[in-house]
Amino acid sequence: MTDWIDIAALDDVPARGARMVKTALGCVAVFRTADDQVFALDNACPHKAGPLAEGIVHGTSVTCPLHNWVISLETGEAQGADEGRVATYPARVDGGRILLDRTFLQARPTSGAAA
Amino acid sequence: MTQHLIVIGAGMATGRMLETLVENGADYDITLINGEPRGNYNRIMLSPVLSGEKTYAEIVTHDDAWYADNSVTTRFGCFVEAVDRAAKTVTLTTGEVLGYDKLVFGTGSNPFMIPLPGHDLDGVIAYRDLEDTEKMMGLGPDHKCVVIGGGLLGLEAAAGMAARGVDVTVVHIMGHLMERQLDEAAGYLLRKALVDKGITVKCAANSKEILGEDGHVRALLLDDGTELPCDLLVMAVGIRPNVKLAQDAGLAVGKGIHVDDQMLTSDADVLAVGECVEHDGAIFGLVAPLYDQAKVAAKTLMGQTDAFVQKELSTKLKVTGCDLFSAGDFADGDGREDIVFRDPARGVYRRLVLQNNVVIGAVMYGDTADSNWFFGLIRDKTDIADMRDTLIFGPAYQGGTPLDPLAAVAALPRDAEICGCNGICKGQIEDAIAAGASDLGAIKATTKASASCGTCTGLVEQVLAVTLGDDFVVPAAASMCGCTDMTHEDVRRMIKSRRLTSMPAVWQECGWKTPDGCHSCRPALNFYLLADWPLEYQDDPQSRFINERKHANIQKDGTYSVVPRMWGGITTPKELRAIADAADKYMVPTVKVTGGQRIDLLGVRGEDLPAIWKDLNDAGMVSGYAYSKGLRTVKTCVGTDHCRFGTQDSTGLGIKLEQTLHGAWTPHKLKLAVSGCPRNCAEATCKDIGVVCVDSGYQISIGGAAGMDVKETELLCQVATEDDAILVIKAVTQLYRENAKYLDRIYKWMAKVGLDWIKERVEADRDALVERFELSQTIYRHDPWADHVAKQTERYQPLANLSLEAAE
Repeated sequence: MTDWIDIAALDDVPARGARMVKTALGCVAVFRTADDQVFALDNACPHKAGPLAEGIVHGTSVTCPLHNWVISLETGEAQGADEGRVATYPARVDGGRILLDRTFLQARPTSGAAA
Repeated sequence: MTQHLIVIGAGMATGRMLETLVENGADYDITLINGEPRGNYNRIMLSPVLSGEKTYAEIVTHDDAWYADNSVTTRFGCFVEAVDRAAKTVTLTTGEVLGYDKLVFGTGSNPFMIPLPGHDLDGVIAYRDLEDTEKMMGLGPDHKCVVIGGGLLGLEAAAGMAARGVDVTVVHIMGHLMERQLDEAAGYLLRKALVDKGITVKCAANSKEILGEDGHVRALLLDDGTELPCDLLVMAVGIRPNVKLAQDAGLAVGKGIHVDDQMLTSDADVLAVGECVEHDGAIFGLVAPLYDQAKVAAKTLMGQTDAFVQKELSTKLKVTGCDLFSAGDFADGDGREDIVFRDPARGVYRRLVLQNNVVIGAVMYGDTADSNWFFGLIRDKTDIADMRDTLIFGPAYQGGTPLDPLAAVAALPRDAEICGCNGICKGQIEDAIAAGASDLGAIKATTKASASCGTCTGLVEQVLAVTLGDDFVVPAAASMCGCTDMTHEDVRRMIKSRRLTSMPAVWQECGWKTPDGCHSCRPALNFYLLADWPLEYQDDPQSRFINERKHANIQKDGTYSVVPRMWGGITTPKELRAIADAADKYMVPTVKVTGGQRIDLLGVRGEDLPAIWKDLNDAGMVSGYAYSKGLRTVKTCVGTDHCRFGTQDSTGLGIKLEQTLHGAWTPHKLKLAVSGCPRNCAEATCKDIGVVCVDSGYQISIGGAAGMDVKETELLCQVATEDDAILVIKAVTQLYRENAKYLDRIYKWMAKVGLDWIKERVEADRDALVERFELSQTIYRHDPWADHVAKQTERYQPLANLSLEAAE
């Protein structure tokens, strides 16, 4: 069952950019691609926990700002020779608003320091 | 008994429905009511009427004779005032009351008018019907027109008027034209074609107000203060289904009049077709689904079973000379792959989006001859695995030759400069080849091209390859990144010679293989564009590495380091107190003195950045750019102020240099130092640019390094005055900005171009280089901290905070 919650306006996230959402179970990065798709991933690179929300977004990938690992926004998988995976969460845009799924956000394993 | 059918609205959909009924001899007495004082005409052909390629008479689909021959009673030029579904009557504005057995709504849509101040002025129109078209046709070469809306309709209106010689400006709120149908690359080509037609195109432009004079439109005022004078203003920003009459009649209405698969509304005796309907959540603006609806509605009226099914749609722009086609879904997505074909010389762009070996989307520009074939592949979900290699070339080229990677070089004009050192153009190299030169060595010997710094070697080889064909094999050169086959040098040359002023322009003209680059090429392109076109290009923060986007250095734990500028390494007790206060207030764990004579506050939380900057700004300090590929620090010794050996005011020169150079972006970081005497306490001879003061003046040397490589600077020149020292340093900085590869420090660049070449250029072009540097600095010499504190503090906060909600 999905429980969509309104997070913010699409325009609050720059195209080819990201913003961070705080949750009780750690931070989630919300990405917006050049063609206005949105994706939600744990805001921690599988390599050294770099904040993915601060990376450069290209196509449907983001490059981690710490050591240039490239992570697929669709699967959360590290691309190329690197191995690792970030948890992804349902996200969508409706009427210019970004929606995330509360059920998923609450069901995930604790990945960061709980606030 | 013959039943009575009333049709409200004579548009594309109802016209087709009437035809179907008549052709099948349906047993109905038909009355057609239309608000416009005329019958059905082909509304989508208004654009050719506007441009003068067709006349109104040619686009009439049903004339009076047709209505008479087929016993269709007409009521044109009057509106329906009310529908009484209980009594099954409609009342016209003339007072006439007509009874019906079946009623069809074909009320179409209304143009959406942005409620800007002044939208009700005379001369502000939509683009919807013949009356609007005639108003636009009334303009001539001495008139100006502004079109708001860079979608299908707005561009057709603009092109039609431009064909009549009207001075047309298109104002579009989004970053590229027709963003719903086109990706950025195709939008760029379209814009280029329209500009070639004499149309001015302003994208990412917000309209603020329509200005009038004596009740008539005079100009459009944009957000940025630009005034666009106009005699006519056309709003073509979208349409909304016209549902008022249906709503008043109590029918179920959402975005449009709700209909089922049989085109029946919530009343079984009332149908609706066309742009006024909402079917399964969708509304319709293109003609193909409208015709499908018309056919289904006719069958429903005749008691036959049929169902309307939404299909893939395609769009073509009806502007002569702009061949453009888009269909399906061309967004990036899970498991989707792109096949892109670009021929910049011919202005051809094709992009196919594949998923599971099926074409799901296509964008074509410049050559749309094969669009129907591609549309068929999308519609039929054809498996293209067997023809994937040659798919992009279309049906005629199955098994054809692969795309020529040298197209971009082939497209360079004869007068494009290839070798900057020796001023050799492409034409001279071609002539040398014609005279018998067949390899790089021969070209060097006969023209001197690539005989000096060598950065154009790759380009010369490509000219050889283009000219000689198979007789010449280009030695492999390292490309910029996986997105392109071109080297940094090639791309930079294209940016200059082809006047490419935006990233989509580069991606298109240089044959990028990805939709929007990668983390490697985007920061480089952003630098090249802002360095070469400081006025035309707008810096793109999303193409910058985080440090430059957030004006602070990211640390391994995701916190940042903050370094305020201390001009020439000089500070005051007041600044030190402010730094200490800030360190306390934001609980900065580490305060460190840097090698560049600055104080570094390490471990500041990202969310606190705007606040700590504000505090430092308030104490008179600005960003130290310690994070930038740009001017970092000018380190100084105390010079003649205090030192008994000092020969000149090294501190003063350092401060002046830092104040004039600060904010300048460079290919890599740029560190300077000024020492007051040859004892060199400021370590000027291991900096990118170093000044050592002597009794007779200033020795300026460049190309030092004290990092992975350790290099001593080499002398560029000695000058007598402080002013000359500043001019030379500005000039050499600009030469470096204009010519070096992104991420080459000066010493690496110097190894490629040679110190002699740098000396020559600085001597010969000093004033011009300084002028270009100053022009760029009018844009970039500022404090980004203050800007961000004023305008974008919210970007530093979380988008949302859900941590206060209970985790179940």
